[in-house]
Order: sequence, then structure tokens, then C-alpha cells
Amino acid sequence: MISLTIDEKKIEAPEGATVLEAARLAKIDIPTLCHDPRMKPHGACRLCIVDIAGLPRPVTSCTTPATDGMVVTTTNPRLERLRKTTVELLLSDHPNDCMVCIKAGDCTLQNLAYKYAIRESRFKGAVRQHNRVDNNPFIMREQDKCVLCGLCVRVCDEVQGVGAIGYANRGFESDICPPFKNELNCEFCGQCVSVCPTGALSAKMWAGQPRLEGMENTETTCTYCGCGCNITLHSHANKVVRVSSRSDNHNRGWLCVKGRFGYEFINSKDRLTTPLIRREKGGKLEPATWDEALDLVVAKMSAIKEQHGADAIGGLASARCTNEENYLFQKLMRVGIGTNNVDHCARY
Amino acid sequence: MAGLAAKFGSGAMSNSVEGISRNEALFVIGSNTTENHPIIGLRMKEAVARGAQLIVADPRKIPLVKFATLWLRHKPGTDSVLLNAMMHVILAEGLEDKTFIAERTEGFAEFVESLKEFTPDFGEKITGVPAEDIRKAARIYASAGNAGIYYAMGITQHVMGTNNVHAVGNLAMLTGNLGKDAAGVNPLRGQNNVQGACDMGCLPDVFPGYQKVAIPEIRQKFESAWCAALSDVPGLPASEMTEAMLAGRMKGMYIFGENPAVSDPNTNHAVKGFESLEFLVVQDIFLTETAELADVVLPSASFAEKNGTFTCSERRVQRVRPAIASPGAARDDLAIIHEIFQRLTGGDAAATVQPAEVFNEVASLWAGIAGMDYARLDRDSLQWPCPTKDHPGTPYLFEKTFPRNETGKALFTKVPYVLSDELPDAEYPYVLTTGRELFHYHTGTMTRRSTGLAAVAPEAFVEVNPADAKDLGVKDKEMLTVTSRRGTIRVKARVSDIVPPKVVFIPFHYKEAGANRLTSDALDPICKIMEAKVCAVRIER
Repeated sequence: MISLTIDEKKIEAPEGATVLEAARLAKIDIPTLCHDPRMKPHGACRLCIVDIAGLPRPVTSCTTPATDGMVVTTTNPRLERLRKTTVELLLSDHPNDCMVCIKAGDCTLQNLAYKYAIRESRFKGAVRQHNRVDNNPFIMREQDKCVLCGLCVRVCDEVQGVGAIGYANRGFESDICPPFKNELNCEFCGQCVSVCPTGALSAKMWAGQPRLEGMENTETTCTYCGCGCNITLHSHANKVVRVSSRSDNHNRGWLCVKGRFGYEFINSKDRLTTPLIRREKGGKLEPATWDEALDLVVAKMSAIKEQHGADAIGGLASARCTNEENYLFQKLMRVGIGTNNVDHCARY
Repeated sequence: MAGLAAKFGSGAMSNSVEGISRNEALFVIGSNTTENHPIIGLRMKEAVARGAQLIVADPRKIPLVKFATLWLRHKPGTDSVLLNAMMHVILAEGLEDKTFIAERTEGFAEFVESLKEFTPDFGEKITGVPAEDIRKAARIYASAGNAGIYYAMGITQHVMGTNNVHAVGNLAMLTGNLGKDAAGVNPLRGQNNVQGACDMGCLPDVFPGYQKVAIPEIRQKFESAWCAALSDVPGLPASEMTEAMLAGRMKGMYIFGENPAVSDPNTNHAVKGFESLEFLVVQDIFLTETAELADVVLPSASFAEKNGTFTCSERRVQRVRPAIASPGAARDDLAIIHEIFQRLTGGDAAATVQPAEVFNEVASLWAGIAGMDYARLDRDSLQWPCPTKDHPGTPYLFEKTFPRNETGKALFTKVPYVLSDELPDAEYPYVLTTGRELFHYHTGTMTRRSTGLAAVAPEAFVEVNPADAKDLGVKDKEMLTVTSRRGTIRVKARVSDIVPPKVVFIPFHYKEAGANRLTSDALDPICKIMEAKVCAVRIER
């Protein structure tokens, strides 16, 4: 451990921590746009600047290692003025259409504008006109809202190992696009969408649904593969309208395309809504009441057991259903029917 | 699973996903991890970025190959020969962990004897992997301080699936890669709750917690807990139920949350079985192909509509919580099963049941989760074994002992060379292997109803190597007829070097071109898994 002073507070931090990490350990807030603790420090947004005693000018705290005895100031009028100017410059080339933006309420840039009370930008000038290429069913790009924090590029490369996107051009012309502006070669995991601090990246299927703060949130576990990712279901009016994942869980907030975007089946119009019975062999399945359906199940199962023995009945449990359901199902087969003929698709 | 249980006393993933990033070497065999377990795949990529060596053994050029130090492209069905040849090298070069072998294993001498014929040259002859690469792989795996093995259905869905699992276990034992952090033998489970369904006793020979139905003391324990007399005859595994139906021994079935009419190997045969039943009940959220065959269909709740727990691949028990209400008259599975149970046993049909109560009942019958309850799980997930309320859960198994028997030692198993049941011949010259793709899940009942997924992966395909495409005069995207001894499908060609020559691959998600109409239902004699990964087909334009 090393000890340093941040804003006149004595702080202990592990060896190798950056100044930003040390400050966050001590619950000292330093604004950032381009930082994500799950990725390497980048130093692009310049909002995390701090003064360090002995250094002539502010440095980015996300890229500066904390050292023993260091004295750090995270806020003073000069630092705040510099940060405010940085945000103003970003907003000077931004649509500022928060009223109709899907990200409003959950947007780092909007929060910063609020924090620094920036109503109008002092910097008038040209704004970027980016061509949008959206030949995919998942990801919505509004590149005029991009602040070039690089989080999407880095998550795609560092975490996903795909490298589907990178930077092109310089300065005002800078752009996030597939390498050499070729066609997008993407797994659609949506990691980029999950780390975007502005409305530049969102999901097409979220459009027209309530924004994040207008929804109910339910912490649960993904229904697809055996990774067991923790997910948050965002629902509204009895419909699941978005899935996300918190970064403090065992999957660190990362999801795959199925987990993040494969939720529409839940509210599919094809869902079964009533029991069905085939009243005669070869006939059609017809709607029935629960009583009628369960009476028939119990009568038939009892009759088969009576006539052919319990082992003439078998049960297949479900590797997609809960532990409790599976437990009760095997108990039903073993106690209610009297057979060990119970299995599931572990082998498929 | 039966394979590992016989060697170690537990068949689950020995280690944790989090530890993967701290592996010094990873050996991935028969797992297309980045497509089938994408988030576990991320940990593997992280390990590589941190400097770990990755060995991928797969006949297909799966996406993980891009990250591999070494790719072993062995012929489908030759996994155990490859593994045996690697172990031959480890012994020949003295790379084994002698202390671990002496202190924590048994059966070593016989095992060493059984490896004699599996020289790297023999390995090369059978698997098609150059002997030098087999040596390299053995050295990389055996010289790493912490090495983890990761596998999935790619090595288990074979007639010698149990052998393959034994071989994987032997490899970890030989190098002492068990009972420590960031190592182990790690079967990656394909569905959200396969681990849980096994844990809960949805297996024909065991009660919850892998307690054998055939052992009288265990049966008595469950008889007194459940207040009922219980059968001591192990039941039929799913893979043997079809034959029992067709032979008229099985007359009634109750299936919930599964779609075997698409997922069963040799589907045509399986469907005949279901059709021959006197009575079939299917409980599902959609009218699946299996539900269409039923006499009664019961509408149930999706995962977003219910309370309970799932247990993922790494033995982690986690809460499931409802976000919305089920549509129409659909009810959650627990309530349906409970009501049928009550009606069948003459109980009060109107009585309700709470998932937490059921969980507590399981915890009282299986020491593995005795320390868990909903209050704890609501704070954080827990990995079994978690025997007491103050136990923190177990990130990796076998630290001190193997719970196989009273010796506490792991058992080396001899793994003979066994051929796949159906090899290519003049009439059916290609090997068909099957699997999943990133954008779909199992029989597609959920993913194909999600617009984006259905748009990027709309239809089935058969991967054909460019050399074979040339022989057959086939162009990319051309419709082909693929035929096996059991069935025939029409499917679009995808000409690609992902597959080696003479091997084709079809994903099994698409009911209209169901790969499982072609696959074989030949069984592994020990664990009764079907050989879905290797069968012979012919291809016509």
C-alpha cells in the first residue's frame, strides 16, 4: 500500500493504482467521459485533470500512477473552469437535442452540462455532418453525438477481441467506423452500446420505448447458455423492453448478442395463453380450461399407471427452468407417479 | 458428467470462470466457446492478452483459433487418441507431476501401461494432427503452472464420449492441475440450468444431489422425507425413451420446457416414438414442434415471469426474479407441477407453493446447498458446495480430497481406442458434425422469435470445404440435399475453410432443415449420450 493526500485527505491505495483509482477508493468524485475501470486508461477526454504538487500544470488522473507522499487537488476554480470549457467545446459540436434523445437521464455528457450549468455554448461554428451506415438490425448510431471517448473502439478490441471498429481521419473529421470503411464485421454483442457515455450508440429495438429512468428494473439471471450472466430486465407496461447488465457482477456487465438483444420472445404474440386439449386422437388441439386440462392429465396418467405400471410413464425435465421447478418435477415423477423415468436434455 | 464423477466423485466444472483469466495455459477441446459461451470466451481472450498460451483442439476453424498459440485440427471422433498421445509425450519427457500422482491418485501403473501404443506417431496417423504439434501441445499444457481444460458437447456427444471425458480427466491428473485455483477440468454447460436440473435429481439414477436411487439407505432418507415408498429401479435415460415408446413399454410422457422433436438426434425416429404414445403432456411457452404432437398442452411462464434459482456452469446458484406477468392464462411451471402433484397424490389442489419453501426442502436433503437460502442468495450468488450458513461457497473443487470414495483419491482410467459408430464410406462419403451458432440457441424457439437475431441468422446452412465444393461442383449459397441413413434435408451451401475437407457442419437450430434428422442416435454405452457429433452423409446438388 502507498499513502497519498487527495483534497487534504490522507488516503491509502494499493501499489500500482492510478490517481483516479485512489480518489474513487476514497469516494472522491472526479468527472470522466472516457474512463471505464474494466479497460486500460486512455486519457482522451481530459475531464479527470487534477493538480499535483510539484507539477507545473494539470495532469489526467486516469493515466497518472499514484505515488507515495503525492499531494493531489481534484477541484479548484481553475480546474473547474478548464473542465467546463472542455464540456462547452464538446457541446459546441453536439446536437443538444436531449428532449428527443434516448439517452437523456442516463447520459454522462448531459450530466456534465447540468453540473456546469451550460445552457448555451460560447463556441459557435461548424458542426460535423456524419454519414450514417446502419445496415444492421441491432445497433443505432448517431455519430453527431459521438465525443470520441474511444470506449466503443476499446471495448471491441480489448474485451471482445473483435476489433470491428476503429478511428478514421483526424481532428474535426474524426470518425468511428469499421477498418478502412469496409463493411461492418460485428458480433453484435452490444458491449459498445453499453459503454457509450452519450446517445451516439443505442439499440434500434429500444427506439420509441421509454427511456431508462421510465422503466421498472428487475435483477435476474440470463435464460440462455450456461455462463449464468446477471442481467437487469427493464420493463414497462408488462413488457420487457430492454436488457442490460451491471458492471459490478461476475460477468462484469458484459453480455452476448442473445442475452442483450434476444428478449423479444418474452412478449411474442406466439406465446401460449391457454391450455390446449386434443379431445380425440387425430383431432385438433383446442382451447380448454385449466381444470379440464389438469383433470385429463391426472386421469390419463393414473389410468396408464393402473394398467401398465408406473414405469410406463416417463418425464423430461427442463434445463431452462428453475431448480425449484426441476426438483418438484422429479418428485412428482418419483412420488406422484412412482417411477425413476425422469431425465432432461443434459446430453443434447 | 458420469465420466468425471467416476474419476473424481463430482461431475461438475471443477473451477470458476473468473479464474480462467489467470490460467497460464488453456486447453480448449470440443468447445466453440466464443459462440456457445461468449462470456466465458471473453475470459479466455483476457487470459491470452495477459500472456497465457491457448491450445485449441477442434476439427473446425472456430473463432477462438485466431487467439490460439497452437491449433490442433484433429479428425472428428479422435479426441481421446489425441489426448492419449499428448499424455504419452508428457510421460516420455518426464513432465508429469509425480507428487500429485503419488499423493492424490490411484490406478497410475495400469494407466501408464495402457498408454503404450499411443505414441505421437500413432496419434498423427489416427487424428491427422502432426506428431510434432502433439508434442508441442503436451509441453505447453504440462509445463504451465496453472493449466485449465475446457470442453463441451464436442467431445461428449460421441459413442466414446465417456472415454473422452476420462481422457481429459487423466490429463489434468497427470499434471496436477486439479484442486487448485485457475486450473481444473471444466465442462461448459450448454444451457442456463443444465447444472441445476442435474443437481435437482432430474436424472434417472439419482435423487437430488447425486444420491443414488439404488442405495437403500439413501432411498430410505428420501422415503421418510417425502412420506412415500420409492422405486429402487433406476429409470430410463432420455436417449433410451424413444425405443421404449416404440416398443410399447412407455405409454405416457410429461415433457416441460424441452423440444426433443427438434433437438433429439435422429429426429424422425424420435417423433415416431412420441406419436406412438397413448398420452403426451407438453408444458411450454410456445406451441413447439413437440407440443404439436401432444394430447394436452399447458401454457407456462418464461424466465422473465417467475421466481426461483438457476445454477450456471460454475456451480453458481443465482436468483431468478419476475419482471412482468405471464400472458393470458399461462401459469408458472412450479404452480402447474405442484397442482398436478397435489391432484395425483390426493392433496389439496388449491394449496399454493413458494419457490423459497421448495429451495429449503432441497437444502434439507442435499448437503451441497445446505448453507444456502433465499436471504443469502438475494445478497449474492453462491457456488456449491456450501454446506453451512456461514460457508462462503466453493470457487474450486478437490482442494483437499476427491469425494469419489473413502480413499479420497482420483482414479486414472484406461481409455482404449474406439471408432465412431458410423464412419464415411462410398455411399455416404462425408462426416457430418453439428453444433450451434452465435446468434441462435438450441431449437430456436426463443431466438428465432427475436427480430434482430432472426434477421442476421435467418436460415440453415451447411459448411463445405472449398476443395469439396470444387469436387461437387457446388457454389456458395447453392441449395444442396444432404442425406444420411436416417433422413434428408435441403440446406444452403456455405463454402468455407472453417471445415476441413470431407467434413461438413450444420447448425441444429433450424426445424425446416433440422440437422438432427440426419444425426445418429447410436449411444455411448456408459452415459447414454447420443453420437450427434459424427455421422456419415452424402451431398447432392
